[in-house]
Amino acid sequence: MGRYVIRRLLQMIPVFFGATLLIFLMVNVMGDPIAGLCGDKACDPATAAQLKKEFGLDKPVWQQYLTYMGNVFTGDFGTAFNGQKVTELMSAAFPVTIRLTIVAILFEIVIGISLGVVTGLRRGRPVDTVVLMLTLIVIAIPVFVTGLLLQLLLGVEWGVIRPTVSPEAPFNELLIPGLVLASVSLAYVTRLTRTSIAENSRADYVRTAVAKGLPRRRVITKHLLRNSLIPVVTFIGTDVGALMGGAIVTERIFNIHGVGYQLYQGILRQSTQTVVGFVTVLVLVFLVANLIVDLLYAVLDPRIRYA
Amino acid sequence: MPDMTKTAPEAEAIEDALAPPAVKAEKARSLWGDAWADLRRNPYFVVSSVLILVLLVIAAFPGWFTSASPTTGDLVHHYLGKPELSKVGSAEWLGYDVQGRSVYARLIHGTRASIIVGISVTLLVTVIGGLIGMIAGYFGGWIDALLSGFITNVFFGIPFLLGSMVVLQSFTSRSVWVVSLALAFLGWTQIARVMRGAVLTIKQADYVHAAKALGASTSRILFRHILPNAMAPVIVVATISLGVFISAEATLSYLGLGLSSPAISWGVDISGGIAQIRTAQHIMLYPSIMLSITVLAFIMLGEAVRNALDPKMR
Repeated sequence: MGRYVIRRLLQMIPVFFGATLLIFLMVNVMGDPIAGLCGDKACDPATAAQLKKEFGLDKPVWQQYLTYMGNVFTGDFGTAFNGQKVTELMSAAFPVTIRLTIVAILFEIVIGISLGVVTGLRRGRPVDTVVLMLTLIVIAIPVFVTGLLLQLLLGVEWGVIRPTVSPEAPFNELLIPGLVLASVSLAYVTRLTRTSIAENSRADYVRTAVAKGLPRRRVITKHLLRNSLIPVVTFIGTDVGALMGGAIVTERIFNIHGVGYQLYQGILRQSTQTVVGFVTVLVLVFLVANLIVDLLYAVLDPRIRYA
Repeated sequence: MPDMTKTAPEAEAIEDALAPPAVKAEKARSLWGDAWADLRRNPYFVVSSVLILVLLVIAAFPGWFTSASPTTGDLVHHYLGKPELSKVGSAEWLGYDVQGRSVYARLIHGTRASIIVGISVTLLVTVIGGLIGMIAGYFGGWIDALLSGFITNVFFGIPFLLGSMVVLQSFTSRSVWVVSLALAFLGWTQIARVMRGAVLTIKQADYVHAAKALGASTSRILFRHILPNAMAPVIVVATISLGVFISAEATLSYLGLGLSSPAISWGVDISGGIAQIRTAQHIMLYPSIMLSITVLAFIMLGEAVRNALDPKMR
């Protein structure tokens, strides 16, 4: 097990550097890193040259990347366009987005898996057909439309929730935004659980468990569910990174000042340091989440042993 | 494949004369023939393909559906005027937007942009991802480690929407082609993984070993023997992705980084209508419905094809 973890960590290193280099190149080569520093107007040539020298932008790109990465490893992510430290922005933004992601994941687990189990056990019945059709509709409606409509109906027309989230973003205000963020993945979790349950419910070990006279509840929770949840866990695990990166739309709708908000500002204002810094952390989250999922495999499925 | 016939004509003649092609052709017919028989009876398939056909016709000939102009507005038509739902197909059917332009005319003329983005991104990612996945899966070893273990994972690690935004930010005017390229830039990884997985299984098949033993060239093995047999899962993923890419284009427009204004698209109209969401919902509602129906049609088609091709689902 220990060896496996080390091998996986070693495999992660090139991917981490590759992904950060890619985003670094995308931001620096395709965009203009100093454009954001002069407001909406273009910098005059003398100021531009001065700024480029100051930030080391006159050096070759590979040298800039190495310098940047060197700084990152000492905890220095640089400064955003308005002079704030990127690490300051991060410490304000990440807790909010992590809370939002937790709410979303909980919705995926509670609603997604329950619906999946219910439909998987009743394949071809009306419940199954209706839920399947609903999941397709949820997947098809873009998240920003779902979000805007829920905000309009629940927040503005009926006044059930606050239309926008307050700066502190406590859990109770993040319920509906979390549901919106989770919506598409929720539908996928439902479908995945359903397929998995339906496939496994015909397995020999389920028949044996039923033949032994175990109560239905026990067969489902102890035998069927534990085996069927492996692909679902994989999906939810890899979804953590996707949710945090995709929160940009939800955060914009409900005015949540999290990672998505900072990235949106960073991209629009061409704040190189903000974008590269936040994406670097997101890539790291994504890689670690994938590793944890692989290790969870062994816990869920005793047949899998890592040497 | 003219150049290959020149390189190893005898080997190929023997190969063609011997067992594999006849057996393969029959097998291929039965898989696709079976799938087709299954699809024709599937209501999801029938409904989605009719929808897609209608959308393609609208995209190709918008003039057949409305005579109103999508670009000239007349402020005589105030956007607060309620849509006249009884006048189906007329300019005032679905109401007017803030500039006094017919929402219905823009809906019809906006179809083309969404369909073009969806199809061109899907073609691009299928070619790029398909080639990378096929080469990685077939050659294995360090080529696989580089293409699949490194490059695919690197592109997969960057959040799709964020990456596309960064790319699009550097363009001041964004046409459908620019948006398509930006979406394809990070969007090819899923197809590459699916293709690699399929190739890994197929390269163990007897007919591939036979072709190799008979001295067929690598490109012949790849394109004549492996590719046709690996296409099924790729087609399914590509069909579903087509819907997802159409939705992504609209999302980028909502974030202000999709198509830019002289272009007519549902995404542009939805994001334009958000400012009036409290007073005149029809401006954003109808493009949203049209967009969702289109995405739904492609996802349903993909699901139907998947069920038809996957014997486990029977």
